[in-house]
Amino acid sequence: MTFVQNFPFFCIIISMFSAIISFILNGKWAKIVHYTMVAAVFVMSVGCLLYTHEANISYTYMMGHYPAPWGNEIRIGELECLMAASFSLIMILSVMGGSYHIKLDIEKSKMNLFFIQLDLMMAALLALIYTNDLFTAYVFIEICTIAACGLIMARKIGRVYVSAIKYMVMSLVGSGLFLIGLSLLYAITGQLLMSPAKEAMQRILAEGIYAIPSAVIMVLLTVGLGIKSGLYPFHTWIPDAYGYSTTAASAILSSLVSKGYIFLLIKLIVRVLPYNSVPGGQMENVLFFFGVIGMIIGSVDAIQERNIRRMISYSSVAQIGYIYMGIGLGTDAGIIAALFHVISHGLMKALLFISATGLIDSSDGRLDRKGITGAGFRNKIAAVGFTVGSLSMIGMPLFTGFVSKFMFASAATQAPVYKMIIAWTALAISTVLNAVYFMRTVIVIYTRKNEATPVVSDDSPAKSSSEEASSEDKDNFRNRYIFENAATIGLAALNIALGTLSPFVINILTGGLAIFG
Amino acid sequence: MSKRNPDYENSKWQHFAKWCTGDYDPLEGKMEIKKPAKSNNGNSFAVLMRKMWFDKVDQYELGQNKNLSLFNKAYIGISIILGIFLTILLLVTVSYLPEFGNANAPENNEVAKRYIEKGLEETGAENIVAGMILDYRAFDTFGESCVLFVAACCVLMLLKSDKPEVSDTYYEPGRSAILRPAARILVPTIIIFGIYVVLNGHISPGGGFSGGAIIGSGFILYLTAFGFERAGSFLSERFIKIITVLALTFYCFAKSYSFYTGANHLESVITTGTPGAILSAGLIVYLNICVGIVVACTMYSFYVAFRRGSF
Repeated sequence: MTFVQNFPFFCIIISMFSAIISFILNGKWAKIVHYTMVAAVFVMSVGCLLYTHEANISYTYMMGHYPAPWGNEIRIGELECLMAASFSLIMILSVMGGSYHIKLDIEKSKMNLFFIQLDLMMAALLALIYTNDLFTAYVFIEICTIAACGLIMARKIGRVYVSAIKYMVMSLVGSGLFLIGLSLLYAITGQLLMSPAKEAMQRILAEGIYAIPSAVIMVLLTVGLGIKSGLYPFHTWIPDAYGYSTTAASAILSSLVSKGYIFLLIKLIVRVLPYNSVPGGQMENVLFFFGVIGMIIGSVDAIQERNIRRMISYSSVAQIGYIYMGIGLGTDAGIIAALFHVISHGLMKALLFISATGLIDSSDGRLDRKGITGAGFRNKIAAVGFTVGSLSMIGMPLFTGFVSKFMFASAATQAPVYKMIIAWTALAISTVLNAVYFMRTVIVIYTRKNEATPVVSDDSPAKSSSEEASSEDKDNFRNRYIFENAATIGLAALNIALGTLSPFVINILTGGLAIFG
Repeated sequence: MSKRNPDYENSKWQHFAKWCTGDYDPLEGKMEIKKPAKSNNGNSFAVLMRKMWFDKVDQYELGQNKNLSLFNKAYIGISIILGIFLTILLLVTVSYLPEFGNANAPENNEVAKRYIEKGLEETGAENIVAGMILDYRAFDTFGESCVLFVAACCVLMLLKSDKPEVSDTYYEPGRSAILRPAARILVPTIIIFGIYVVLNGHISPGGGFSGGAIIGSGFILYLTAFGFERAGSFLSERFIKIITVLALTFYCFAKSYSFYTGANHLESVITTGTPGAILSAGLIVYLNICVGIVVACTMYSFYVAFRRGSF
């Protein structure tokens, strides 16, 4: 076993250890530890990605002295390494982008607790990506849920508590269903590790026994993870949880946490319980239809929303719908498209949340669309970032959103004809709806105040005072938002890079999925 | 422009521009309108009761709030239907599962067989459960201790306030004639029993989680009986933080070493020792102590955080 093969294990352990050690550090040091840890995770994941891509292997790593059915193990391939690398990259950029607001929203004495949640979130995401053990997955889902609650309620305003409670209730329902599904799976297979569970499952299905429990297990596991990732009928917690929490938390929750659950679901589908294997299992069709409905409803809700951060959150509902539609196509191409969209949506959404916060800050903290009129002239970098994110969301060529949409469309050609037609129609409608609310916002931020709304010119005192303030702030923005600007530029560049260099990533995804099972 | 079209305010373009910029009346449709209270001269008990009873209902009876009320009713109805459906589904599923205690059930396979037959030999723990959770599947247990840790951090984040409630002494029992003498006898007994359960975790039923919970409840009883001043003299925030971090750090390093050697097939210096002795079973006894410390400290700090918001 070469030394590189230890890297994923090191990643998980150092992220847990940095959480532990941050408990006795002050906020500043906890932050430094967090940045160092995520950077190290990124470097090691890339190293491991290069190794696995070169060797084209997927290997298991024993967590202890006991082999597979007895001890815990993690499993590493290029797909997992790619996910870990992109998750850590998005994590570090999101925290950078929200660093000013972390300082603003969280009391100084609790700063280290906030970074503990972030560290453990990273550990949980890595463990969900790498684990080959069903119960380990459940344990780290728990950590992920609690840490996410902590991240949401870190900001001390009333609405955040309501949204944290909403999130906790929905998320615990999801965890509960997942746990019940897991217990039933253990009852009929007697295995907790994924690969032996798959063998046992195949034996059971070949013998034709336990048909009803296997169908129920499939439903429970899928619905549990669906609730936790915000699939359409269970999306009501999303706008509150993402809309009111601190910027870094919103960016991380929307671009990483729900994606961790989706990756776990894909892993379960590929490794344990292929949907087509269970007799009468129509789960993929269910996911497909709810995904399609989510794509439309999420966008319609976003159009009706006036609060810009809640609008972006509703757009997350739509994008989660895309991913589930890809899974629901039931083909490998669909899953590859879904995986690509996991990464590309992470990049887009983090960029949108961070740049939207930049725009809001330059408009006296007003959250509605009217309030941010002309923000593009006050905070140029955030406006460019928002424009790039919006164009990417709509699916302009050269941006990563286009590649995802193109991949979904081409994956649909391999699916049954009715699915293809529905998927194409939904993609077309959703693109138009995306364009409506994103372009509307882009137009607003690049409209000078007095030109767009003649009504406003009546209350000139208010306007002039805000403009004075903004001119004073102009220099402040440069100095205060160094991290924000760097993160915005970095994410925008990554959006374009992933849009133009997508063949490399798709190549890794295809190769990784082939040896994923 | 308005000269050409006198009705500019209502023109289609203006509507579009308004929609685009989000120009709106912030109160429109967003305010819940309450009916003004009826002036009741009679201040009798019945009127008061009636007012209390109907106050809530009245808010929703206005035309504007009809949708909300309809939604609430539908929501409750759908939740009940969903709950019943889920219950029936799970009950039906359970009836298809293998019988409880059946020797041929799928969970009685090679996994359980090795735990039972070779568990003592491989882990050195007479308590098979301790061997399973702290040696065979130690990574899961490390995750579980981190669940407790992150939960404690979350509670602290929520409840910790920079200025603790000063007048908390009001809630302290003072010189209670029953509580203090009883606590004087019970607290040492409880804590010693907890330590016994932790230390014997690899030999007899028990272990870090249960023993830690016992010790934690002993601490809480002590705090309730003798107040913050005396409890704080040794259970200070600093002390609790440091021993929690030390315990988790030891767990982290010890298990990392064991995972690393296991995965790379290296020789480990940890031996199982003589089964049954107090210092045997490799790392299990130390890991039990660590888990016990984490659990006890988490319980105690939960109690303190909920009661006062700070140490």
